[in-house]
Amino acid sequence: MAELSGKFLVGVYDDDDTVLHAVPRLRKAGVKIKEVYSPFPIHGMDEALGHPRTRIGIAAFMFGVTGCICALVLMIWTMGIDWPMIVGGKDPISIPNYIPITFELTVLFTAFGMVTTFFISNGLGPGTHFHPRFDVRSTDNKFVMAIDLGRNSMSEEEISRALRDSGAEEVNLKQF
Amino acid sequence: MASAHSIPSIEERFEFTSEAKRNLLIGGGVGLALVLLGAYLAATGGGHEAAAHGAEHAANALARTTSEHAAGGHEAAAAVGHEGAAAEGGHHAKSWMTRIWANLWVNAVYFTGMSVVGMFFISYNYLAQAGWSAVFKRVPEALPAFLPFTGIIMLITFFLGGHDLFHWTHEGLYEIGGPEYDPIIAGKRGFLNTPFFIARLVIYFGVWYGLWRVIRNLSLKEDEIGGTEFYEKSIRFGTAFLVVFGVTSSTSAWDFVMSIDTHWFSTMFGWYTLASWHVAGLAVITLTVIMLRERGYLRAVNSSHMRDLGKFIFAFSIFWTYVWFAQFLLIYYANLPEETIYFLERFRGYGGFFKGPFFVTLFLNFFFPFLVLMTRDAKYTHSILKVACWSVIVGHYMDFYTNIMPGTVGAGAELGPLEWGFFVIFLCAFAYSIASQLEKANLIPRNHPMLEESLHHDIA
Repeated sequence: MAELSGKFLVGVYDDDDTVLHAVPRLRKAGVKIKEVYSPFPIHGMDEALGHPRTRIGIAAFMFGVTGCICALVLMIWTMGIDWPMIVGGKDPISIPNYIPITFELTVLFTAFGMVTTFFISNGLGPGTHFHPRFDVRSTDNKFVMAIDLGRNSMSEEEISRALRDSGAEEVNLKQF
Repeated sequence: MASAHSIPSIEERFEFTSEAKRNLLIGGGVGLALVLLGAYLAATGGGHEAAAHGAEHAANALARTTSEHAAGGHEAAAAVGHEGAAAEGGHHAKSWMTRIWANLWVNAVYFTGMSVVGMFFISYNYLAQAGWSAVFKRVPEALPAFLPFTGIIMLITFFLGGHDLFHWTHEGLYEIGGPEYDPIIAGKRGFLNTPFFIARLVIYFGVWYGLWRVIRNLSLKEDEIGGTEFYEKSIRFGTAFLVVFGVTSSTSAWDFVMSIDTHWFSTMFGWYTLASWHVAGLAVITLTVIMLRERGYLRAVNSSHMRDLGKFIFAFSIFWTYVWFAQFLLIYYANLPEETIYFLERFRGYGGFFKGPFFVTLFLNFFFPFLVLMTRDAKYTHSILKVACWSVIVGHYMDFYTNIMPGTVGAGAELGPLEWGFFVIFLCAFAYSIASQLEKANLIPRNHPMLEESLHHDIA
């Protein structure tokens, strides 16, 4: 994504607890943190970073409702109206028969819709080529904090010092 | 959800205040008054209505008998015709007594289930070595204390009213060549006979209650002595209970509910009843936790616990619906007369009386909790959770009502003061039992090895 170009300061931490405590400390000092990367989810990190809550649940509900309606419309139209068909001695439009497929399409629409939404809103998926790696060790044994210098009013030295004070064992400059 | 939470004190003693006791007794009194009113109405004014119902029903049954003879549903139709004839065959004095027995039975079965689910909940949490539930563990632990009460009521009801409730207790059915001889029911005699039935009833309650006493005592000792020894033992006894319950939950469902419609059977029925009991029990646990929190107890229970309880109810409401629908769809699809009769009775039988409760059940147990508990915030908002819990608790009462009433009371069935009165009495007695159990020990199991994990439970 375009907003990820520029200069970044990358703090590398050794311990999940350290980084969890570093976040509120840095934010209090006025540092705007872009993101923290970790090999595993850290409890309480979302609140500490102050990220707004994900709205993917609302999207999921909408996709589910869409799937549900599509399934019912499809079956009622094809089986009941366009070419009425009697299967197993039931009425052409018999809702109990339709429930399994309605359920399946609801789930299918929800799943595909959510994955697509997630990819689009995160700039992932086919056609996107820009995936900044702040520090590859964040997939292994380190906890990595990225700070966008372009979005911070504090100087590079100040932030660097604050990072080290909060427990970072390395502070690197990364440019994209 | 704040991660830097301060943990409130874990030394808490629940006090069952005399005011609460009085309120529950008043509730029980109101229930009793409703029962008396209902019984009076049923015994006097209701008689005419019942007769009218009966005639209507007889016509219904007749119509069905002829139509389904043609369809080849000989046995099923004959069975209904037979029962219809018996119901219509006279004794109105008996019909309202049958209604009382049936009401006792519905409530006893339902509350037995909710009580035993307390034990079920603790057991699978032990087996999974789950940590999150430790802090409110005393609540599910308090439920099974009600078992002796419902067990005794079931025994009494069976001895006094079993003949009215259970068609298979009629001796004539087994006399080969006799006028009432029924080869299908006779074929089930090895399982459905009075001595074996009573033995099973006693064994269920004995084993469930006995294992609960063991776990309860271990838990109380753990509170005083500490260490992991009691925890390890509880895991073993909990596992034993799950093995026992795996079988007895199904067999008791056949005994208590399915055998009422003696000809009919469904292989899903054990699961279905277990699902019903389970979600209702979870609703009771959640509701009790909420009520305790509202009275200033269980401060250590945080919003993550509540959310997990909410998810539990949400998930198992769907599970119940899934089993319910699986049973319904197979029968609907296969369209075998001896199976569809079960749903026909509830849809069209008895002047369509059960159609209302049938759909209300679906609404209260699926659509309402599903939509209300769907969002994340709803799962820990007390007011919403409470509404959902009540919906599930009343909904599953209706579930057992629609399962038991058509085969017992049939045409005389009503949903009036008698029914609600019994439900209120049982509810108050259950609440009384839970509260007096909660009073007996520290409200938080202070030496539970998983307590620390539970206090910091955070699902953010």
